Amino acid sequence: MTGQTPALRLEGIVKTFPGVRALDGVSFSVMPGEVHALMGENGAGKSTLMKVLGGIYQPDAGQILIEEAPTVMASPLEAKAKGVVFIHQELSLADELSVAENVYLGELPRKSFGRVDWDRLYADTERILDRLKVGFTPQTLVGDLSIANKQMVEIARALTVDAKAVIFDEPTASLTDAEKDVLFEVIADLKARNVGIIYISHRMEEIFRITDRVSVLRDGQHTGTAITADTNEEAVTQMMIGRKLDLSRNVAHHELGDVALEVRNLSCGHLYKDVSFKIRRGEVVGFYGLVGAGRTEIAETLFGLRDPSAGQILLDGQALRITSPTDAIERGISLVPEDRKGQGLVLGMNCRDNMTLPQVDDLKAGPFVAEGAEVAIFDQYRDRLDIRTPGWKQLVGNLSGGNQQKIVIGKWLSMHPNVLIVDEPTRGIDVGSKSEIHNLIRDLAAQGYAVIVISSEMPEVLHVADRIYALFQGRITREFTSEDVTEDSLVRAISGLADNGGAQVA
Amino acid sequence: MQAGTLSTFLKRGAIWGFILFELIFFSVAGAFLSLSDKAFMDLDNMLRLFKQSAPIGIIAMGMTIIMINGNIDLSVGATFALCAIVLLDSLTWPIFAGLGDWVIPVSWALALLTGVLLGAINGLIVWKTGVDAFIVTLGSMLGYRGLVFMYNGEQPTSHLNWTLVDFAETQFLGLHTATWFLLAVTLVIWFLMTRTIHGRNAYAIGDNREAAVNAGIRVGPHMMINFMIIGFLAALSAVVFYSESGSVNPNDGELYELWIITAVVLGGTKLTGGAGSVISTFGGVLAIQLLRKGLGHIGADTSTVNLVIGLILIAVLYLDRQLNRKGAEELKI
Ligand SMILES: Nc1ncnc2c1ncn2[C@@H]1O[C@H](COP(=O)(O)OP(=O)(O)OP(=O)(O)O)[C@@H](O)[C@H]1O
Ligand SMILES: [Mg+2]
Repeated sequence: MTGQTPALRLEGIVKTFPGVRALDGVSFSVMPGEVHALMGENGAGKSTLMKVLGGIYQPDAGQILIEEAPTVMASPLEAKAKGVVFIHQELSLADELSVAENVYLGELPRKSFGRVDWDRLYADTERILDRLKVGFTPQTLVGDLSIANKQMVEIARALTVDAKAVIFDEPTASLTDAEKDVLFEVIADLKARNVGIIYISHRMEEIFRITDRVSVLRDGQHTGTAITADTNEEAVTQMMIGRKLDLSRNVAHHELGDVALEVRNLSCGHLYKDVSFKIRRGEVVGFYGLVGAGRTEIAETLFGLRDPSAGQILLDGQALRITSPTDAIERGISLVPEDRKGQGLVLGMNCRDNMTLPQVDDLKAGPFVAEGAEVAIFDQYRDRLDIRTPGWKQLVGNLSGGNQQKIVIGKWLSMHPNVLIVDEPTRGIDVGSKSEIHNLIRDLAAQGYAVIVISSEMPEVLHVADRIYALFQGRITREFTSEDVTEDSLVRAISGLADNGGAQVA
Repeated sequence: MQAGTLSTFLKRGAIWGFILFELIFFSVAGAFLSLSDKAFMDLDNMLRLFKQSAPIGIIAMGMTIIMINGNIDLSVGATFALCAIVLLDSLTWPIFAGLGDWVIPVSWALALLTGVLLGAINGLIVWKTGVDAFIVTLGSMLGYRGLVFMYNGEQPTSHLNWTLVDFAETQFLGLHTATWFLLAVTLVIWFLMTRTIHGRNAYAIGDNREAAVNAGIRVGPHMMINFMIIGFLAALSAVVFYSESGSVNPNDGELYELWIITAVVLGGTKLTGGAGSVISTFGGVLAIQLLRKGLGHIGADTSTVNLVIGLILIAVLYLDRQLNRKGAEELKI
């Protein structure tokens, strides 16, 4: 690759926010036709670097060069015009508009009198959607799509222009394996067209599957670049967190208590049907299935966000109706939601207040909120979860994606619930903190909490769960214990395929 | 049938169903309660209703864009009054004395230009300062109204131009001039919002401003153009109305902003922006006018009318929420 001119080069980029030096002289380059991984812990500065490149932030110092020509990216539009396309970590779509309008947002094809050229818009979008092999039409309302499909719309945007470089910021966080395969085909296709690709992800297996080189950021500094084929997970992790990580499986068994929560023949419209399961105190139960298998909807029912159409919920052996989240919280059920930006956080509020939001009522000193107690809770979970923020006063909207996730988790942990439901707890979380969160879940169980972990990452459920329920199209298809589970049978169970062995759930 | 089609249909159709309900109710109730012996659904009565809807209706079209955009404009009533003064006063300016009836287009142009300018001021402040449109236009509502009073104190400004009055009272194909203006404006704004890039961008900005910025839409200038459009429409509304009446009181147009916002919301435009329809706003305008007229028809006084409209607004917003939820599968709050 030497001798070639890079498609894109960044030199000595510095970017500071009040209280944070997010980027501290980062240099980085992508060759045409190269897939370059950008890795680093939550808050290392990956998204910030890409936003500088995409014209969203202006660097305090440093230079951007496109094919070795110095450039200024004054706005996202300018970046796009110069061939740099940015696919955002957090979805950036307008729900009330059609897929086509979102794909061409900001550059709708024009006819006379400023009219939209609908025919061309739909035809062009159709062509891109065909390439992505998605099952929806250009006319579909984006608000009606699942999170995964929304992500595909976001990806479709990258294919609208003749890009020199495409930035993918954690594109697979909410994709199923099949959708991931399609994405990787798209990336291979772009690569074949000599586009330079920057790929940000916390998932090692993806990095080693599709990338050519890996660059690592740590605390806003570039700690190294390696050729992917010449390195391994351990080495990359060490570059990221500066130490070795113990990734051994840690299901330390302890005595289980009584059944904390039992669900009998629960159904909710066509979302899920006839779901029955139990969970004991001290147990971690995994709900494993593809996106859309009904896992999240079951959790939302338990948390009082949906009314079931049939079935029973028993808490400590008592049948009851959970009518609202307030009700659920009072009974000791907590949910860490899947969509942190939409459901878990008040982005315009500071870190501390977000974390103590569900319990401000209990933290009163006379008629006032007990600020000291709030800060104490925040400090405790910041240390425990290693949340990177200059202080509790920082607005949550200014944290990196992974650190936002940690705030949500801290929020519910600090409530000491009896039953804790975590939906995709480590989506977008770096490897170091991931194992920290896994340990935390195990600790909670050891202390007698019942924990439900919803996940679409197999290593995760295998790693933390004592028992695993496999879901397929709204039904529980199999139940596994940590002894009898195998990767193969799990995959079969969540794809609706028959299998021998393991306990079949009627 | 796709999921949600029924609720969408109900939502879109709701305002027209409501209008139908009003017509039937007032016809029946009117037969028993009305002091006059004329039927409520009399053709003349209905034509007048359209005409009376025009001043608020024309501005409501602009408010629909502003609200879809995620903003609000509280200054339209004051803009309306100020443009009316410019119109009526400029008709008598000595420098235009030699123009004869040609002073009419000149005065119209001056009034419309004033509207555009006042709108541009709002838009520019919202764009450049980033202050919420609610606050900005609350300020300009007071400011513009202040200008109205500075102009002539508590006195009305009057001038009747008979050519203008004739023009305003013409009925073409049975419809009054004002009605034609309302229909034309509705059509143009409908075209703008559904067919043009500017209109589609308005939806995108109201729906997800960050996404719009990221996509390179120039949000500030875009919003300023919309404020200029609503300013223009407030002026147009004044021009049409005062051509006929010929006299403007300094209090004229007060509370217009509230009636207009009520009509737009009744028509189903989201208060938070991103969704709404010009045609439904048209329905909302008719519904309110029908209500005012109908309640008057059965002998209710103004305060009762206001109370009823307030209650209906709340009921409609509640119903809208219910229709938006797709039964048990929808998340509760
Ligand atoms: N607008 C902002 N204002 C203040 N601080 C910010 C802002 N944007 C980012 N930061 C800070 O800059 C640092 C780097 O954030 P960045 O989003 O680049 O991290 P990241 O590497 O993408 O992390 P993740 O893996 O969690 O997405 C973080 O400490 C973050 O809190
Ligand atoms: Mg990030």
